[in-house]
Formats: sequence, C-alpha cells, structure tokens
Amino acid sequence: MRHPVAIALAVLALLIVLGSTITIVPETRQGVIVRFGDPKYIINRYRADETFGKTGAGVILRVPFVDQVVWIDKRVLSVEMERQQVLSTDQLRLQVDAFARYRIVDPLRMYIAAGSEERVSDALRPILGSALRNELGKRPFAALLSPERGQVMDNIEAGLNRVARQYGAQIVDVRIKRADLPDGTPLESAFNRMRTARSQEALTIRAQGAKQAQIIRAEADANAARIYAGSFGKDPAFYDFYRGMQSYRYTFSPDRSGQTNIILSPDNEFLRQFQGRR
Amino acid sequence: MTRLFGWMPAIAAMVQGPWGGKNDGPDGDGKKGGEAGPRNPWTQPGKPSGSSKGPSAIEELLRRGRESFGNGGGNGGGFGGLPPRASGKALWPIAVGIVLVLWLVLTSFHRVGPQERGVVTFLGKYSRTLTPGISLTLPAPLESVTTVDVEEIRTIDIGSVSAESENLVLTGDQNIIDLAYSVRWNIRNPELYLLQLSEPDAAVREVAESAMRSVLASVSLDDALGAGRTTIEQQVEQRMQEILDGYRSGIRIQGVAIKQADPPTAVNDAFKEVSAAQQTAQTYLNEARAAAQQVTAKAQGEAAAFDKVYEQYKLSPEVTRRRMYYETMEGVLANVDKTIVEGGNVTPYLPLPEIKRRAQAAPADGAPAATTGGQ
Repeated sequence: MRHPVAIALAVLALLIVLGSTITIVPETRQGVIVRFGDPKYIINRYRADETFGKTGAGVILRVPFVDQVVWIDKRVLSVEMERQQVLSTDQLRLQVDAFARYRIVDPLRMYIAAGSEERVSDALRPILGSALRNELGKRPFAALLSPERGQVMDNIEAGLNRVARQYGAQIVDVRIKRADLPDGTPLESAFNRMRTARSQEALTIRAQGAKQAQIIRAEADANAARIYAGSFGKDPAFYDFYRGMQSYRYTFSPDRSGQTNIILSPDNEFLRQFQGRR
Repeated sequence: MTRLFGWMPAIAAMVQGPWGGKNDGPDGDGKKGGEAGPRNPWTQPGKPSGSSKGPSAIEELLRRGRESFGNGGGNGGGFGGLPPRASGKALWPIAVGIVLVLWLVLTSFHRVGPQERGVVTFLGKYSRTLTPGISLTLPAPLESVTTVDVEEIRTIDIGSVSAESENLVLTGDQNIIDLAYSVRWNIRNPELYLLQLSEPDAAVREVAESAMRSVLASVSLDDALGAGRTTIEQQVEQRMQEILDGYRSGIRIQGVAIKQADPPTAVNDAFKEVSAAQQTAQTYLNEARAAAQQVTAKAQGEAAAFDKVYEQYKLSPEVTRRRMYYETMEGVLANVDKTIVEGGNVTPYLPLPEIKRRAQAAPADGAPAATTGGQ
C-alpha cells in the first residue's frame, strides 16, 4: 500500500497481458488465429450438425501480442443482387431481384481468398447475376411462372455454390424475390393483353346472357304451344268455333280504331229467324 | 472483451463511485463495448467507445490517488464527499467493496418478463435460456443475458393499399395484379433467432416476398383476385415456414393476410367492364324469365278457360254453340252500323262513301232500324 500508483500500474499491465491472452469467442463468430500474418488455426468453426452450447465458442487462450484473431461471421449471411434485366428464350424481358443466403464454412479459405465477408458478398453478387441470366436465358418466360421455377433455382444454386466454395462459403439457398415486367412497352403490352382479354370476357358474358335469354323465351313459347295443343286438341271443331267467336268480339269491338260497317244479306245465318221459318 | 471487463469495472469502481458498476454492469453494454472496442486501448487510442474512456479514467485515478495519499490523508475528501476516517487510513477499499457487491447483485439477478426469454451466454458460449421470473446468473463478464420478446407478434407489411404505390406481381397466367399483404410472425426459439441469421428481420421480409411471388406464379389471375385467396395465404405461410426452418431461424410465421389483390389501375376499367357485362347478362336473363312467365301464364289461363267452356259445351253441344253464337253476334253487331240488303233480282247499289259519312255524322244515333236481339 505504499506505492499505490505502482500497484495500479502493475495491475493494469497484468490485465493487459491477460486480456490479450484470453479471448472470448461468441457463438455468432468464428475466427482465424493469425500469427505474424500466417493463419495458424481456426476457432469455433461452423459444423452443420452442431447445437448451440456445444460449439467451439467460449474462452480460448492465445499467445499475447503475437496471435491476432480475424473474426468471421458464423451466421447465415445474405447477398442481394441488384435488379437485373433478363431475356428469356421467347425474347421477353424480365426485371429480376434475387437474393442468396450463404454461410462461411471454411474460414481459413475465406480469409485467404477474400479477407472479409463483404468481399465474399462482392464476389458472389455478380456471379449470382450472371448465373441467373444464364439459367433464365435458357428458358421461356412461362417457365418462371411454373413449378419449373424450383428447378431453375436449384441450377442457379449449384452454379453459385461452385464459386462460393472457392471463398470458403456455402450457399444456403437462392431465391428470386421479384420477377417483374420492365416498365414501358413490355408492361404496357401486358396491360393491353389483360385489357383485351377482359373485353373479350365481357362480350362473351353478354352474348351468353343473350343466348340464355333467347332460350328461355323459346322454351316458354314451346311450353305455351304444348299447353294450347293439349287443351284445344280435344275438339278442334269446337276450338275453331270458340276461337272464332273470341276473334269477332275482339275485331269488331268498339274499342278498336276504325269504323265498321256490316252489310248483311237476309240469308245470313244470323238473320235466319227474320224469315220466320222454322 | 475480457480485457475490457478485466480492467474497466475495477477502474470504474475505484474512480466513479457506486455508479461505476452500473456503467459496465448490464450485460448488453458490456458486450457491445467488448466487441466494438479495440484490441488494446493504450496502443490504439484513436478507436471509439472504451478507448477514450481509458486514458481519462487512468488520469483521474492517478490524480485522485495523489490527492488522497500525497496529503497524508489529513483533509482529503477524495471520494464523493465522504468524511475522512479518524485513523486517516483510506476509505476507498470499503467503497470498492460496496461497488463490487452492487455490481454483483445488479449483474447476477435478471428479471425476465412473462413474454420474454433470456438467452444466457457463458463467456460467449450459449449456456441456457431463462424462462420468465427472477433468475440468477454469474456476474457480468462471465455470463451475459440478452432478453428477447417471444410473444410479441411482429407485422411486416408489403405493398400498400393506397392507390399511389402499386406492388405489381405476376400471376401464373402471365397477368399482373396489385398486391398488398402483411405477414405476422414471432420468435419461437430465441437462441436460434439471436445466433443463426445475421439479419433475421430482413430475412423474413425477403422470404415473404419470395414465397408470395412463387405461390402467385402458380395460380391464375381469377384465383388471385377472388376465390383462391385463402389457399394462397395458407400456401405462402407454409412455404415461408419451410424456408425459415431451412435457415434454422427460430422464427414462426403466425399468418399471412392478403389485404388487397386488385387488378392494376391501368386495366381497372376493363375489369369493371366485365362486371358491367355480367350485370347486363343478368338483366337479359331476368327479362326473358319475366316474359316466359307471362307467356306461360297466358297459355295456361286460356287453356283453362277453354277447358271449362268445353266441359259445359259437351253436355249440350248444339244449344251452347248457338247461344255463344248469338251472344257474340249481339255483342259485335250492337255496336256497328248494319245494312241489310235484300238479295234477289235487285242489283244492290252500295253507296259506301255515304254510309261512311252518315256514320260519322250520327254515331250515337243507334242507326236505322235494326234487329236488336232481345233477351
């Protein structure tokens, strides 16, 4: 207690040495121990079957001031491709957004080949783009909108994986986020197609409606004819008479327009009784 | 991290009094400082966070040390106005002790709310997950706790229902719809959520877009606009869950809701035309049905009337026939001009125009002598 400053300094020095000897490795990172620029070994390397709590994370010891730790993310990382225009075999243009997820599985290789995660992403991005263009360029537009899409994605993933392996990375998956028609003519013509399809549908619906209506009317007429026939057919002669009477009443009714003059001969059936004969 | 924790609490405790422990105590702060901080604050003083604190803290320590001990402890109130002890011996070991205890208590006990889980890492290594309640862990540098809200349902909205912005999506039949939907999710497994993905929240959004588009690419426009919505929502939910499980993300998709699935504004009129056409067709049908009812009813009525009359007629045909004849003739002839011309040798001259004129002149006269059938 006589030299508190000296004690404090000693404690500090000890802490510094301890601090550079002991390193805490979190679960989310893996590291490469580099001794004078020479990568020595890997800590907390990713293994596919590991569970948290049983990984290489925790406390490690290293040679102070000699060993440097290069940290590398252990989690699933994402690389996003900027919008690409892709031309399908049927000459349709598509704007495609895609993303890939990857994980650094070989930190040493990644450290040697790229140095940092950003540079891996930078390296993967154009390759994702070209893989996408190549793969989609081999297929018709409709293939993108079908179950075949899964196959396309698998191919792209395989292509990308070949490159990713050189950087010590492994592609977890590749997905198309958006696939749109580019603005301008392609979009406009798609809209036009939709419009005409709708007009066609509208016309069809109207025509079908008219057709149905006509059928309904015809059926009703037929039905009426059947009813008439069923009833009047019982005695055609009487029907003739009955209907004739109705017809006269209607035709000569004073409500009808036009004057009616009837000139009768006394021989007329109606005037039979005029002559008083029996 | 170790380094920082090695010296920081000690110095902070010595210098800053009871609050020093608090500064470095809670796990979150400490961890961040450790990660962002430099390898060695003394050799690289330019770095942010901890390093700037270092030298000043040391200076402070030295200064205070000199004050307390250089003066022989007679009048130096070095520590937060604590009165000097009579013995003149240093008071600071006690202060340090208090701070240490406080720090232990503050960083060892953790309150985890009912909707939370606490993920404990022991020196960086995942150790266990705390369930709600008060839990005990080792003090800060050894174990650190990150609490995660696992019950909260988070919502991601993609596309908007407003008219200005359109989120156009291609359907399986190469049509385009304007889509807005939301995804609800929560954290199922806090340690996976924290440790598996670099940007879990962004991943959910990306996966949502990707899944929605791939599902829509397999359905027709009509399904997407109407009947198929529920199925689409379910498929998207399922697919998202599969993808996220593939990442072992610890995320559970609670649901996908399509808020809007409309034709794009550019073609909306054409779609309205279709519904107008449907209305028109319906109108046609209604009119036809009405007319059909009319025709049928008329036929039935007339037929029924004829049947009734015919029934009676059959009982005595001749009489009925004559009766009907006379009645009809009565009705007809009563209202018209009649001219009876005797046939035979006389050549009849019919002044038709005159008859007409006469009829017009005196229509109500009842005309010349005529037979009016009396009852």
